[in-house]
Amino acid sequence: MEKLVANNSATTLGLVVNSAGVLSLIQDAGRFGAFNLGLTNGGPADSLAFYWANKLCGNDLNATAIEICLGGLQLTAQLDCVVAVTGAPMPLTINGKAKSLWRSYLLKAGDTISLGFAPVGVRCYLAVVGGFAIKPSFGSTATVCRESIGGLTGDKLVLNDVLPCIAILKSALKQELRMLATHQQPQYSNEVVLHTVLSYQQQHFSAIVKKLFFSSEYRVSKHWDRMGYRLQGPAIQSDLGGILSEGICYGAVQLPADGQPIVLLNDRQTIGGYSKIGAVISQDCAKLAQLRQGDKVRFEPISMSQAGNLFHLNLSRLQQTKLIDCDG
Amino acid sequence: MSTIINESIRLEIAGENALMLYFSDKTQASITLESVISAEINSNVHQAVQLIRTHLSVEVIDLIPSYASILVVFNLLEIDHQHLSNRLKYLLKTCGSGGNKPGKLIELPVYYSLASGIDLTRIAKQAKISVEQVIALHQKPEYRVYAIGFAPGFAYLGEVDQRIAMPRLTSPRLKVPKGAVAIADRQTAVYPAESPGGWNIIGLCPVDMFNAQTDPVMRLSVGDRVTFVAIEKSEFLTLGGVLPCL
Repeated sequence: MEKLVANNSATTLGLVVNSAGVLSLIQDAGRFGAFNLGLTNGGPADSLAFYWANKLCGNDLNATAIEICLGGLQLTAQLDCVVAVTGAPMPLTINGKAKSLWRSYLLKAGDTISLGFAPVGVRCYLAVVGGFAIKPSFGSTATVCRESIGGLTGDKLVLNDVLPCIAILKSALKQELRMLATHQQPQYSNEVVLHTVLSYQQQHFSAIVKKLFFSSEYRVSKHWDRMGYRLQGPAIQSDLGGILSEGICYGAVQLPADGQPIVLLNDRQTIGGYSKIGAVISQDCAKLAQLRQGDKVRFEPISMSQAGNLFHLNLSRLQQTKLIDCDG
Repeated sequence: MSTIINESIRLEIAGENALMLYFSDKTQASITLESVISAEINSNVHQAVQLIRTHLSVEVIDLIPSYASILVVFNLLEIDHQHLSNRLKYLLKTCGSGGNKPGKLIELPVYYSLASGIDLTRIAKQAKISVEQVIALHQKPEYRVYAIGFAPGFAYLGEVDQRIAMPRLTSPRLKVPKGAVAIADRQTAVYPAESPGGWNIIGLCPVDMFNAQTDPVMRLSVGDRVTFVAIEKSEFLTLGGVLPCL
């Protein structure tokens, strides 16, 4: 029998929060099947970076990790564990020594890992081999603060929180540490193209208005969060006042009376009564969620079939990408 | 892309992995007309939800039924939008031809008073009736749960008597207490938790609308019927109601 590391005893060991940062949230892949209760999806705002964090740890792709918004998180390990950080280029240090993102590291009990603030991009993911052992609510550990659901207490991380690590075999700690090749790492910029499927009330937007929408540049306003990104630019008006409240999908582009687009993301309200011109594809929602106030976006129309193709192409690329083994 | 499923259902694209079903009344000349609130239409929505849940449980990840629509979120690893459209077309062809079972009936107690219902006076004034009449009119109909959303456990009930229908506040309140029974246009609802809100408050309900610790977590589901019954303050407190600090 191999020896289990921690967590088979009454006391639960894990990573302790020394500094919670601006907004650090427990997230798994999201909460599905609970719309009938009025619960939204939650889940990682940048699903690609989240994917790689878990992949580098050899985890299940729905394993629970931490989403760090803007930065400032500092954790101390209570046990030996293997972690990986991916996403926006936040300066990463372990015991004060600079380290690079997109690879896994062995943390010894007592080691401290810190994240500074990213010059570009806003979200990072910290995963641990085996995932954090958080009790799911409604089938998911995803934190949605507005609903007080998920995570440790339904809210963001605070000082002295302990993020319990799932018990893993000693041998797992000796596993090869891995990294994602530099040229495979996603790059973050201040400009993003959002491929958008025309849908919902699109027939209520005239051809000229659609042309304006797809040829204009929009800037991220000061209202950007996990619920949605409010953009600023040429006003897009439909011939509808409001609509009977209806379901809103991930990426839906809502246009309230002022004509300023709002792209709805993970923590969106499940139903609403504003008209929508279309929906941004999931890959591009992940890119949008890395932008901050003042960053630029453009919308580009795409057919439903093209969107499906891009989804599968991306998936097959991810599955074919091999991680590189590296030394501790 | 707009696909006609039958005389009362049309299918549209929503997003990369989402389709939208819009329901309308057969009596409407054209089903492209704007949707309306109707118990019959909503009952067809309810019927379609059951059918989709039963027959497309592998392909469909999530459903959001509302007044006259269903958002169908599907798993792109299982099916593409064209195949799903065809499956839905076949599945829902005869949907809406009546024979729907009514949902369960739930009675909700309400402590109506000027203290617990801070907008009662304003509603009475606008309707040119007494506060007592406002309270009586609110208890009269058997409401229908048309949709659930906005917040966990928030059920949209319709329809309120035309006389006491009130528009939303122009500026929403930052705090509406848990259990607040409120009116917006011809809809009424019980706030499941303290939250910001722009509906007109007429009373307080001591019953938990959403509790993550209980099973089921929610008493109501779309298609259920609801009646409100007035109770005294003492009973409100006995039932576990908490008066908010105003």
